Amino acid sequence: MSKEPVAVVGIGQTKHVAARRDVSIAGLVREAARRALDDAELTWSDIDAVVIGKAPDFFEGVMMPELYLADALGAVGKPMLRVHTAGSVGGSTALVAAGLVAARVHTTVLTLAFEKQSESNAMWGLSLPIPFQQPLLAGAGGFFAPHVRAYMRRSGAPDTVGSLVAYKDRRNALKNPYAHLHEHDITLAKVQASPMLWDPIRYSETCPSSDGACALVLTDRAGAARAPRPPAWMHGGAMRSEPTLFAGKDFVSPRAGRDCAADVYRQAGIADPRRDIDAVEMYVPFSWYEPMWLENLGFAEEGEGWKLTESGVTELDGDLPVNMSGGVLSANPIGASGLIRFAEAALQVRGQAGEHQVERARRVLGHAYGGGSQFFSMWLVGSRPPES
Amino acid sequence: MPDVLKAPLVLEFPFTRSLGPVQSAFLTGLRERVVLGVRTDDGRTLVPPVEYDPVTAAELRDLVEVAPTGTVTTWAWNHRPRPGQPLGTPFAWVLVRLDGADTALLHALDAPGPDTVRTGLRVRIRWAEERTGAITDIACFEPYDGPAAEPTGHSGTFADPVTGIVTPARLDYTYTPGRAQSAHLQALAERRTVGERCPSCRKVYVPPRGACPTCGVATAEQVEVGPRGTVTTFCIVNIKARNLDIEVPYVYAHIALDGAGLALHGRIGGIPYDQVRMGLRVEPVWTEGARHPDHYRPTGEPDADYDTYKELL
Repeated sequence: MSKEPVAVVGIGQTKHVAARRDVSIAGLVREAARRALDDAELTWSDIDAVVIGKAPDFFEGVMMPELYLADALGAVGKPMLRVHTAGSVGGSTALVAAGLVAARVHTTVLTLAFEKQSESNAMWGLSLPIPFQQPLLAGAGGFFAPHVRAYMRRSGAPDTVGSLVAYKDRRNALKNPYAHLHEHDITLAKVQASPMLWDPIRYSETCPSSDGACALVLTDRAGAARAPRPPAWMHGGAMRSEPTLFAGKDFVSPRAGRDCAADVYRQAGIADPRRDIDAVEMYVPFSWYEPMWLENLGFAEEGEGWKLTESGVTELDGDLPVNMSGGVLSANPIGASGLIRFAEAALQVRGQAGEHQVERARRVLGHAYGGGSQFFSMWLVGSRPPES
Repeated sequence: MPDVLKAPLVLEFPFTRSLGPVQSAFLTGLRERVVLGVRTDDGRTLVPPVEYDPVTAAELRDLVEVAPTGTVTTWAWNHRPRPGQPLGTPFAWVLVRLDGADTALLHALDAPGPDTVRTGLRVRIRWAEERTGAITDIACFEPYDGPAAEPTGHSGTFADPVTGIVTPARLDYTYTPGRAQSAHLQALAERRTVGERCPSCRKVYVPPRGACPTCGVATAEQVEVGPRGTVTTFCIVNIKARNLDIEVPYVYAHIALDGAGLALHGRIGGIPYDQVRMGLRVEPVWTEGARHPDHYRPTGEPDADYDTYKELL
C-alpha cells in the first residue's frame, strides 16, 4: 500500500525577539499553535496527536516539555511525542509528525518546536565542565570558524562571500514580520566593518539569540481537500545522522547531509536540484554556511557554491533564492529554527510568504542541521500533490 | 588494565522563568497571603491555577480567590528530609484541596508523626515570614480544627506583580571517562599522547573512545602519536570567553598529531597570531601540574603540504 500524501494546511509562528518576558513557555507555544490552527481553520478537537521538539535540555532546563505543555497544546487524552536531535530538531520533529500521517496512524497532527533562549544560556549548555577534559577554548563561533576557513581554503572563495550572505539575509528579514532582526539601516559596508569575532567570522555574520515558537498542522488528502487555503504537499523528507567526530569526517560537506539530500531528491523525483527546485530555506547560523550547504545539497559542484552567492543567484529575486525569511541569521530560537525553515518552504509553495514571496515557487527545499554538523533533516514541499 | 578514573560532575544553572499572566498572579498572591485559583468554563476552580484547561484546552484567565484552609486528599510520610525540602524535620507530603477549590495543591504538612496524618485531615497554610512571590511563601501546612476561612474576594490584580522567577537547577553525577580515555589520560601524565587503532579501518583515534565510531568495533591496540603535528585549520579568537583566562587575540586550531587519524583542538602560541597558517608544524608545550598541553608552538620545520593533511581538517 502506498503512503498517504501529507499536506501542510496550517502554519503559525511567533514574532521572534530577544526576550518574550510577557509569556511563559506554555504561553509562547500556545501562541504559535493557535496561529497554525487558525490558519487551517481547525480547533483543538480536530487534532489527533501532537509532536513537539525543543533544544537540548540543558539549553533551557525544561526536561519534559511533553509533560509540561500537554494542556497548552490541547494534547490531554491524545498521543504526544517529543523529538530530540540538537539544532536540527525542528526539522526532525516535522518529519516524525509527517510520518504519522503518511503511515495513516493519525489523520491530522499538530507539530511544534520552540525555544526561549532568554531563560537560559546556550553557551553554558554547550560547555559543561566534564572532568578530565580540556574546556572548549573558543565558544560556538570558535567551533565553526575553523570549518569556514577550511571551506575557504578548499574552494578558493574570496573572503567577502560571508558578508554578502549576511547582507542578503538581513535585507530579506526586513520583508518578514516574524524575523527577530529588522536592521533597517543595514548596508554591506556595515556588515564588512562589524567586529571580527572568530576570524574569519564577523559579528554581523552570526545568528542572534531569540525566543520563539513555530507550529504546523499536517493532514492527509481528505484533510487537505477541506483546507480553506492552498496546502503545501510533501514530496520527500529524510533524516541522516553521523558521529560528531570520526576519522575522515568532512565538516565542510558532511556525508550525512549529502546522503539526506539525495534521499529527498530520489523521493521527490528531482534529477537536477539546481534546475528542479525553485528556492531553498536552509539552516545557516554563520553566513559562510550558505555556500557550504549549496554544495552539500547538490546545488553546486564542490568548491563552486560561493559563485552562486557572489553572482546574486541566491538573492530574493535571483534564480535560486536562499533564505527568503531572513534565515537563522535573522532569528534563532534554536529549538524552533529547523521547523521555521520547514515552515518557510511550505509558506512559499502555498504562495503565502507575503513580501518575501518568491514568484512561481512550486518546489521548495527546507533544511535543518544540528550538533557538530551531524544531524540533518530536510523536506521538499510542492504546490501540487505528489504524483504517486 | 589501568585504573578507570572517576570524578564528581556537578551541573548547576539558575534558569529564569517568565511567568505569564496566571502564574504571575498566583505567585504575587502568595506574597500577599492570597491564594488564587482559576475558574474553568464549566465552573471548576483549579488550584494551583493553570493557563490552559486540561480538558478543553481553553485559555483560562478568570482568577478567583480560595481559602487558606483545606482538606488533605492524600499523603505520604517523608522520614528523611533532604536539603532544600520545605521542612528540616520529618514531615508529610500532602495534597491539599483548599476550601473553594476543586483540585489539590502539593505541599508539606508539619505534623508530629505519621500516626497524626490522615486523608480528610483539616489543615491551613502557615505563611513564611519573608515572602517574595514563590511557592515557598507557603512555609507549609499545619493541622487546623477551626472553621473554614473566608476568602476576601480578591480580584487577582496587584500593584507590583512578580513577573519572573529564578529556578536553580542542579544535577550531581559521578563521571567516569571509561577504560580507553583513562589510559589516554594516564599517559598524558607522562607527557605522552596515546590513542587506539581500529582493527578494521586502521585509523588511530586520539583521544580513544574504546570503539571506532565508523566501523562499530572495539579498539584495544594502543598507539603513541605525536608529539609533533600539523595545524590543519584554525580561527583567531578576538572575544574573551567567560571562565577562560587567555589574552585575546589567540589562535584556536585543529592539530593533527603525527600518526593520528583525526585532529584534536588546541591553542597555538610562540608565534604572532596573524602568522599562524594551515600546514604550520607544531609541538606541545607542557606546564607543571596541568593534565593537557598548555598550547602548541611552531617546531621550525617547513610547513606541511596541503595534500598531506587535507583529510584531517
